[in-house]
Amino acid sequence: MKKILLIIQREYWTRVRNKTFILSTILTPLLFAGLITTVTVISIKNIDHEKVAVIDHENLLNGQIENTKALTFAFPKDVDSNNYIAKGYSAILYTPGPSNNGYKLISKKQFGMVAEGDLEEKINKSVENNFLASKYHIDAKDLEADRKQAGSAHINQTYQEGTEVKKGNSELAYGIGYGSGFLIYITLLIYGTMVMRGVSEEKTNRIAEVVISSVKPFQLMIGKIVGIGAVGLTQFLIWIILIIGLTSAATTFLSKETLQQAQESSQQMPGSGMHAASGAATGFNDIKETLSEANWFLIIGCFLFYFLFGYLFYASLFAAVGSTVNEDAQDAQSLQLPITMPIIVSIVIMMNAITNPSGSLATWASLIPFFSPIVMMGRIPFGVPGTVPYWQLLLSMLLLVAGFLLTTWVSAKIYRTGILMYGKKATWREIGKWAFRKN
Amino acid sequence: MHLLQLSNLKKYYATQKAVDDVSFSIEQGSIFGLLGPNGAGKTTLLRMITGIFYPDAGEIIFNDKKFDPLNDNLYIGYMPEERGLYKKMKIGEQALYLARLKGLSKSDAMDKIKFWFTRLGMESWWNKKVEDLSKGMSQKLQFVTTVLHEPKLIILDEPFSGLDPVNANLIKDEIFELAKKGSTIIFSTHRMEQVEEICDHIVLINQGKKILDGSVQTIKQQFKENLFRIQLASLPMSINHPSFDVVKRNDNHLTLKINENGTSNEVLQYFINENCQVEAFNEILPSLNEVFIRLVEGTKTSRQFQTVSA
Repeated sequence: MKKILLIIQREYWTRVRNKTFILSTILTPLLFAGLITTVTVISIKNIDHEKVAVIDHENLLNGQIENTKALTFAFPKDVDSNNYIAKGYSAILYTPGPSNNGYKLISKKQFGMVAEGDLEEKINKSVENNFLASKYHIDAKDLEADRKQAGSAHINQTYQEGTEVKKGNSELAYGIGYGSGFLIYITLLIYGTMVMRGVSEEKTNRIAEVVISSVKPFQLMIGKIVGIGAVGLTQFLIWIILIIGLTSAATTFLSKETLQQAQESSQQMPGSGMHAASGAATGFNDIKETLSEANWFLIIGCFLFYFLFGYLFYASLFAAVGSTVNEDAQDAQSLQLPITMPIIVSIVIMMNAITNPSGSLATWASLIPFFSPIVMMGRIPFGVPGTVPYWQLLLSMLLLVAGFLLTTWVSAKIYRTGILMYGKKATWREIGKWAFRKN
Repeated sequence: MHLLQLSNLKKYYATQKAVDDVSFSIEQGSIFGLLGPNGAGKTTLLRMITGIFYPDAGEIIFNDKKFDPLNDNLYIGYMPEERGLYKKMKIGEQALYLARLKGLSKSDAMDKIKFWFTRLGMESWWNKKVEDLSKGMSQKLQFVTTVLHEPKLIILDEPFSGLDPVNANLIKDEIFELAKKGSTIIFSTHRMEQVEEICDHIVLINQGKKILDGSVQTIKQQFKENLFRIQLASLPMSINHPSFDVVKRNDNHLTLKINENGTSNEVLQYFINENCQVEAFNEILPSLNEVFIRLVEGTKTSRQFQTVSA
């Protein structure tokens, strides 16, 4: 036990003191926060104010078009494509008429995407209003008021759990499920690969046999896995602290108005890449209001459980692969594939599970240890025991723990032989033999 | 007193009998040579003695008790042939880590590291990384980490490979010193001249079986061919005697083979009677190298794979 502790310490400290670890741990959240802030600020500040002259021969717009933040419209009589700049307009818009087929915009400079999207939307709106008024005699303003009322339905789910009535929020559950599933996915891959590389490094450095003459191979393997797991937890902790610090800094820096502005501009932007970033800013605002509705104790508890045992389940498999690898890095890739495959499949199933958390695929996959760490985390936010009955949660946990014991047992056997094998590349058949050999 | 006794050790792999019924014992405080051609099963045997492998059959008695790898490996220092160090770790920390894995306390380990580093002139290495060391320097560090915890049994597999003569001598002197203080040393190599110089007792294994066991002197006696070398001021033209034959004739000396019934005195008597001035006369004992080659030659140079039914 004392020796395992020594190994854990070594694995932990050599990694945590490493410069790349320190840099990546601190820079990643800074980079992320910086990106969101910059994109949000730019998307708000970058809106130009343009004055557009509209030439509407057919009177399609009926002299009415709503101004936007970016665009101001006017219907001057004496403007044409030769003199619009001299008259103080930055663009001239022709509506369809005898001389031209579609809408035509002439300007000295290219309009940005925001402005173009605005323009199309406003023209359509104006034409529609014109039709409504002229053909159906409906006042556009009345219709708008009606529409608002009709579209205001928002279902507030409640479900009964015993005598207690709880508020449900499937959008929030979707977000939490997606986020935590994805987080486990990333960590499994990152730290699993770290374990694998650590083991194969020990083997190719030829230190393994020296250490194994002092400790049992199993102790060396477990020490490495636990040490790297602790590195992962440390990184998480630092990230959580930094993210909380940065977001509270961001909320003071970005006022509520700015966030709303970002929300509006994100709705106006047609499918641009900025959508995601300002969406995050918007989502942040929403989440702040609804966060209190989730059962945080349960979710965090389950997250820690599935993170920990999911990591342990896969880490020993990665260690086994690392022990069979020789100097050739390409061997590692081909041997690694069967282990990364189920992780990648899990994330695909999880995407499905968060849209249909009670479906049979989601249910089954959340019980199988290969997929359960990621898929179950996609389901749990939808409610326990509402969506995920207690027996499923319990069974999934038990199977994962059993699976972890099994993979560790099998991996230890492969590891014990593999770590001392030099020379040729191990085949799957040989690895199988090592795993199921007695003693 | 025997520190280590192996009886009927066996270890079979899928395609070969790596160690096949080997028994021998090692005297406390002796320097023991484990010899054998490549692939003879030396490393497998050593791995069983260090507790890395469990024998399929047979028994290991260490320090008068049945060998218990978990506790007894504190008393063993093993320097494997495939050896290395953590490249990115500082040398001082590395030595400390390996010493503590052998059960030394931190302060105890520190004292011993300082002692050895000073002794071998390595004081300035503490904050360097292994990747900064040359091959010979890391060999020295490995030797230190092997003997640091004052093991009763020190196992050195090819300890001099990659060392220059000065450093090899330095390590050799340390080995003698350790043996004098009571440590038992197993020395595995196929460099016979080193064995002859260092070892008291040797065992030769080939194809997993022990084929020779004894002290260096007895083995040489056992394999001698009654060859003698005599140096004379002038060689007589013809030599004829029933007790010996001339095997080889050189400028001023002869190599003679004395027959079963002959004695060395008869040889001397003959040349004195012939009125030849005898300048030197000595027996030619075979070198271990010759013994080794004679025993191993004729068997296949590399081990063949075979199916094993245990």
